[in-house]
Amino acid sequence: MMGHPVSGTRPDRPTWAIAATALLAALAVLAACGGGGPQSQTTTIQNKGSDTMVNVAQAWAEAYKLAAPAVDVEVSGGGSGVGIAALIRGTVDIATSSRNMKPEEIEQARRHTGQTPKEIIVGYDALAVYVHKSNPLEAVSNEQLAEIFGEGGATVNWAQLGVAIPGVTDDTIVRVSRQSSSGTYEFFRDHVLGKRDFKLGSRDMNGSKEVVELVGSTPTAIGYSGMGYATPAVKMLRISPKTGEEPVAPSVENTLNKSYPLARSLQLYTLGEPQGAVKAYVAWILSDAGQQILAESGYVPLPPEQRRQ
Amino acid sequence: MASTSSTGAAVPPRPTRPRRAVWGERGIELLIYASGVSAIVFILAILFFIFREAAPVLFSDRFSLTQFLFSTEWYPTSVSNVRYGTLALSAGTLAVTVLAMILAVPFGVGGAVFLSQFCGPRLRETLKIIIELLAAIPSVVWGFIGLTVMSRLIVTYTGAPVGVNVLNGGIILALMSVPIIVSIGEDALKAVPDSYVEAALALGVTRWQLVFRVLLPAARHGLLAAVLLGVGRAIGETMAVLMATGHAVQIPHGILDSVRTLTANIAAELGEAPAGSEHYQVLFLTGVLLFAITMLVNLAADLIIRGARARK
Repeated sequence: MMGHPVSGTRPDRPTWAIAATALLAALAVLAACGGGGPQSQTTTIQNKGSDTMVNVAQAWAEAYKLAAPAVDVEVSGGGSGVGIAALIRGTVDIATSSRNMKPEEIEQARRHTGQTPKEIIVGYDALAVYVHKSNPLEAVSNEQLAEIFGEGGATVNWAQLGVAIPGVTDDTIVRVSRQSSSGTYEFFRDHVLGKRDFKLGSRDMNGSKEVVELVGSTPTAIGYSGMGYATPAVKMLRISPKTGEEPVAPSVENTLNKSYPLARSLQLYTLGEPQGAVKAYVAWILSDAGQQILAESGYVPLPPEQRRQ
Repeated sequence: MASTSSTGAAVPPRPTRPRRAVWGERGIELLIYASGVSAIVFILAILFFIFREAAPVLFSDRFSLTQFLFSTEWYPTSVSNVRYGTLALSAGTLAVTVLAMILAVPFGVGGAVFLSQFCGPRLRETLKIIIELLAAIPSVVWGFIGLTVMSRLIVTYTGAPVGVNVLNGGIILALMSVPIIVSIGEDALKAVPDSYVEAALALGVTRWQLVFRVLLPAARHGLLAAVLLGVGRAIGETMAVLMATGHAVQIPHGILDSVRTLTANIAAELGEAPAGSEHYQVLFLTGVLLFAITMLVNLAADLIIRGARARK
């Protein structure tokens, strides 16, 4: 209109966008169909579940590729609930889980797939309660945690715990929790809150690592995550089972002697007894090599007498 | 093929096209028709599927629609007392969308005015390409920027305890909606008849007067439609808000509070909900709610565009 002859000759952009999208979609479908070629040579094990275990599962998969090049282990997270839901649908070979399968889930798996899930304990983990490294708090009791995290709990400020965080004006406790598909979430609810619900308004992170990262960057935060995820920016609290009892630090010894109140087992689930490649993989995880990797990832390996399937 | 040639040999040639060409054309017409209609078929199929999954819980006795719409308590996996209230989630969606629009509308409309009135053809073409490139950035990348870069900036400059909140999500969504508002808004401004502009210029108006007194009023329907399409984008966005808003179920009291949106909630929980369970059905019902909201927004945009056309 103001002396630009080009205006009006511009191609119709939305149509182009649609055409391009359609073309891309078609190519994606073709690529997906064509990708199934090399399955005849290698076996693929689908492994899904716990975010707590996703790092160690990935490390196992990578190391196992060197031990058995013909086997591909595909690892994905999402939460223990996601892995178990996939196992019930029969879409994965191994579900990793930081909580036990519930009886109704076992029943569902039986109904859907005709097979009974088999539980294999592969290690232990201490669920640590993290605060920012500048937080002067050292120990906390189970009841105090329930008051902070539980529905109806009265603790909302650090001052209520007698804690003053340096350099902070608003000392509202920033609660960092996990999304509800997480096994860590359910474990914390069952063992700290006594099956009560969480207080709403917590920041629900999608992974163990995210919890520790957020706590590490937030001086007023408190959160829970596997002890393997500790970083220099955070501090693990010692926990006393009841107010007045001696607080216990999350450590390998305290996990194995069961004195740490938030210790839990880590397990794999398969549909029926593991067979073929999955069986060999599970045996390798329980071997010294697999347990070594578990320990390096920050978890507690099985004592030798438990390393049988 | 064989039949065409044999009939062609038996009957004397008539001044018509060969049958092959006729059938071919009909086939192509049918194909184009099918592609056109497929959009309607898909939308109906999606609607049917979501409703079919959500229907059992909607008509079950234990479920209360009032609680679903007006309770803030979202406890889908509680062992003691399961509650499905989506008010906090709707409030989260609303807060993030409104903030995004407050930020995006001035920039979007301003950008459209600049592109159509105040810049030379070469700069305009360059800017258009860049703006369209901005629209092509995947939402997960935006979410990542929100989670890493933006959250740190927010903590530094506002003193908020946590950088993933309404402000973060609003800024990210605004950045995602601006390109849509600019390109559709620019089309709307371009559609203002040249005679208006020429008449105004003949009266000796300045450029600002031209923009504020002639172009914006004349293009207001188109601009409103552009804004509503931006709103639709903001409401439906999932990945970016999942990463940038902090994922906390609460009604926000300020722009520095974390929230959870309807879309992010579905994305985070559908994977774990066992197929066919009540939780799963309620998540589909949340999908219906979202569908209703976006449909209302799109319908409003459509009606406004129609209004604009009818008045011309």
